[in-house]
Amino acid sequence: MSDEWPLWEVFIRSQHGLAHKHVGSLHAPDAKMAVRNARDVYTRRNEGISIWVARSSDIHASSPGDRAALFEPSNDKVYRHPTFFPMPEEVKHI
Amino acid sequence: MLFDYLLRLADNGLVLAQRLGEWVGRAPVLEEDIASTNVGLDLLGQARLWLAYACEIDTGDAPPVRTEDRLAYYRDAGEFRNLLLVEQPNGNYADTIARQYLFDQWHVLLLAALTASCDARIAAIAAKAVKEARYHVERSADWVIRLGDGSAESHARMQDAMDALWMYTGEMFAVDATERALVDAGIAADAQALQSPWIEAVRAVLSEATLAMPRDDWMQGVHARGGKQGRHTEHLSRLLAEMQILPRSYPDAIW
Repeated sequence: MSDEWPLWEVFIRSQHGLAHKHVGSLHAPDAKMAVRNARDVYTRRNEGISIWVARSSDIHASSPGDRAALFEPSNDKVYRHPTFFPMPEEVKHI
Repeated sequence: MLFDYLLRLADNGLVLAQRLGEWVGRAPVLEEDIASTNVGLDLLGQARLWLAYACEIDTGDAPPVRTEDRLAYYRDAGEFRNLLLVEQPNGNYADTIARQYLFDQWHVLLLAALTASCDARIAAIAAKAVKEARYHVERSADWVIRLGDGSAESHARMQDAMDALWMYTGEMFAVDATERALVDAGIAADAQALQSPWIEAVRAVLSEATLAMPRDDWMQGVHARGGKQGRHTEHLSRLLAEMQILPRSYPDAIW
């Protein structure tokens, strides 16, 4: 159906979480209604304290086919993790 | 008298929740289905609080076993005290939205006034409920504006709905002897005083929705002969038949 409302992605910041997390999507004619619908569809059980919505068409994702090219090069570079480096005995609280 | 007033408060929520529940699985879009059911559940929750309080009131007559369920499921239409407005059928979605907005706009004013009741229990329930009602009116007003200021067809349907339901709005501000006595005692809210802020708010929303204010004609249910006194339209009996059939057919049924 061409006159269907556009799709929106919903992000909720939970009671304890710092960052907004993607929870799902819904249809709405505009941003205001998308926030309102998100409140009704995704926060019925006291899940959140803040809502973000974004048009699904505005989200650009990496392609699953590029996974090897994008992510494998970091596999063998263990020195990028802080745990790679031995800490001097004298340094505390790290 | 207080018992009667609490039933008026409770039955509005109970009956309107039942009406909104009729949209389950049938609303125009999934998001609206959930949203209107949410509003219904809010109203049902409020009705339970009012009914629970009503159960505790000693009315002096031979003590029937009073529970929320008995009050909800074993009273006939003539014993219900809800406004005529809330029992009107769902119609099309514009009818449902018009009914909801006209009620919500009144409800939020009423509950805000009731937070100042000298009855601590009423004030506490109203304080909890008014937060929900603020969201309800924001949502239903928004829909009135969207449909009124939408397509030619949605505009026409919204206007028809407002015109058709308008005659049930006078009852919201009609104060009978029961209510007057409780207002004088500082317990009830003076519904008459809500009329001008209500009219102002409705005028603003309808004007933004490019809708005309309906003509003030004959109002149903005023002069102490309406839903608040148990004189209902025929729609209520049918609604109750559906709402009450299960507990009446299987009195001990539990979930």
